[in-house]
Amino acid sequence: MSRGDGVNGEDGLSGRSRSIGDRGTAWLRTTGEDHEIVLSTRVRLARNLQGFPFSLRGASEDRKRVLERVREVLPSTRLLAEATLWEMSELDPIDRRLLHERHLVSRELIGPDEGPAPASSALALTTAGPCGLMINEEDHLRLHTLCNGMDLEAAWKQVDALDEELGRMLPFAFHHEFGFLTCCPTNVGTGLRASVLIHLPGLVLTKEINKVLQGIAQVGLTYRGLYGEGSEVVGNFFQISNQTTLGKSEDDLVDHLREIVGQVIEYEKRARAVLLREAPAVLEDKVWRAYGILRHARSLAFDEMMNLLSGVRLGLTLKLLRTPRVRTLNEIMIFAQSAHLERRAGRTLDEGDADVFRAALVRELFFVDEESAASPSESRHDAAD
Amino acid sequence: MLCERCQERNAEVHLTSIENDEMATVHLCTTCAAEQGITGSTPAPAPLADFLAHIGKSVDDPSRSEVSEPCPYCGTSSEDFRHTGRLGCPQCYAHFEGQLRGLLRRVHGSTQHVGKLYLSEASAVDDPTAHLRNLKLRLERAVELEDFEAAAAFRDQIHELEGVTS
Repeated sequence: MSRGDGVNGEDGLSGRSRSIGDRGTAWLRTTGEDHEIVLSTRVRLARNLQGFPFSLRGASEDRKRVLERVREVLPSTRLLAEATLWEMSELDPIDRRLLHERHLVSRELIGPDEGPAPASSALALTTAGPCGLMINEEDHLRLHTLCNGMDLEAAWKQVDALDEELGRMLPFAFHHEFGFLTCCPTNVGTGLRASVLIHLPGLVLTKEINKVLQGIAQVGLTYRGLYGEGSEVVGNFFQISNQTTLGKSEDDLVDHLREIVGQVIEYEKRARAVLLREAPAVLEDKVWRAYGILRHARSLAFDEMMNLLSGVRLGLTLKLLRTPRVRTLNEIMIFAQSAHLERRAGRTLDEGDADVFRAALVRELFFVDEESAASPSESRHDAAD
Repeated sequence: MLCERCQERNAEVHLTSIENDEMATVHLCTTCAAEQGITGSTPAPAPLADFLAHIGKSVDDPSRSEVSEPCPYCGTSSEDFRHTGRLGCPQCYAHFEGQLRGLLRRVHGSTQHVGKLYLSEASAVDDPTAHLRNLKLRLERAVELEDFEAAAAFRDQIHELEGVTS
């Protein structure tokens, strides 16, 4: 069990290539377009192999054979040749939750916190690239790319290329009319779900958000919370994605989402401008209070922290605050979740303990950014990150 | 898809509503939607199983056809599907085809896949013309993706097929 903190990317076990370390966190780096508003872009494709029951229904022998077929072909791909493949059953429960907290696997793949992981469910993940592959979730394969900021085109291109490679080596279940066959009929056809995790505090504060959400529902899109289906919206982060997967081409689905999200970004920017103009004192107070609590609190529940981070993120983009960096906020969102805190602490934490550890981590990271901003020679380079 | 009301403009508003356990989806252009006073309400994100359970209640009407036999390949029954919202295997799509077509139309507004094509080995034997068309499309895609190795392979296959058919 690694006791590294992940925050600095040092897991203390660098010699062990199969350590999870800080794998799959590159998307937190603020390199993408509109990264202050859009945290991440994800595109996933659901695929199944002909000749096997879907993983949800498959007997353990079937699931095992599916995993073996995939394991055999991965080294022959370009995009996943160097990937690490972890079977969920070989990871301890904290590591499984770490992967979930990083948005790399679904709840279904890792199974319940207590008890064993589902048989033959696995994740293949590249060392540096944005591609990943879940094996034996409800579908045999869930291919995904995850990148920072608003970058639907690149995310789609990557996952498309991976799909082409895997499709040449594995017999995908495909129907002449219905397209790619999936366990749930809401995914059939393209099997594509493109989503953008977007921060909309301006629209929430100006109470315009419901209009926008109604609007996106009317144009065939939907929204969810931080962890996709069934999760709640916290910290004003909304995950906007396509609702339907059949009857439109992949390019059309992706273009449509990009177009609509582009409009939402514009509305959000306008709402922020209105807030700055109409209620600058209220806004500044909100931002600085959020900053003050995060900087000094001794105990922070996750939802409370998320709401305060939203205020600080807004303050940074409006130049009301100079520190911390947006990237630090991204990292806190992931690294201040319970499994990450437990790994850092080296033990399991009850809720009260986790809140104390969370507050300590936030104070520390805010402090580090303050320090580097105060010593200009070193900070310039970092601050641009 | 054309607007159901005016049959002229493209349908851009897809409103799904469940009333009295009946689900209905209307597809309208923005003009007709506005004229109908549809401004939309935030739909509660209902899991598919709930959705299907609602349809199930109306499907209890014996005049509606429902496949009574379970899927011969995996044993999934209509009831399993309605209960979980999940199918058991790729063959379920053929087995429950009639039932599914209506559902797909309601959920997606369409039953016809228009995205990427997938070339299975079986298709080469069944329908050489479609196979050739698929190969050409895949060649185009491979070039777009700058996967020149794959493109060359598709080109060779196309040449081979055209040599045979011409």
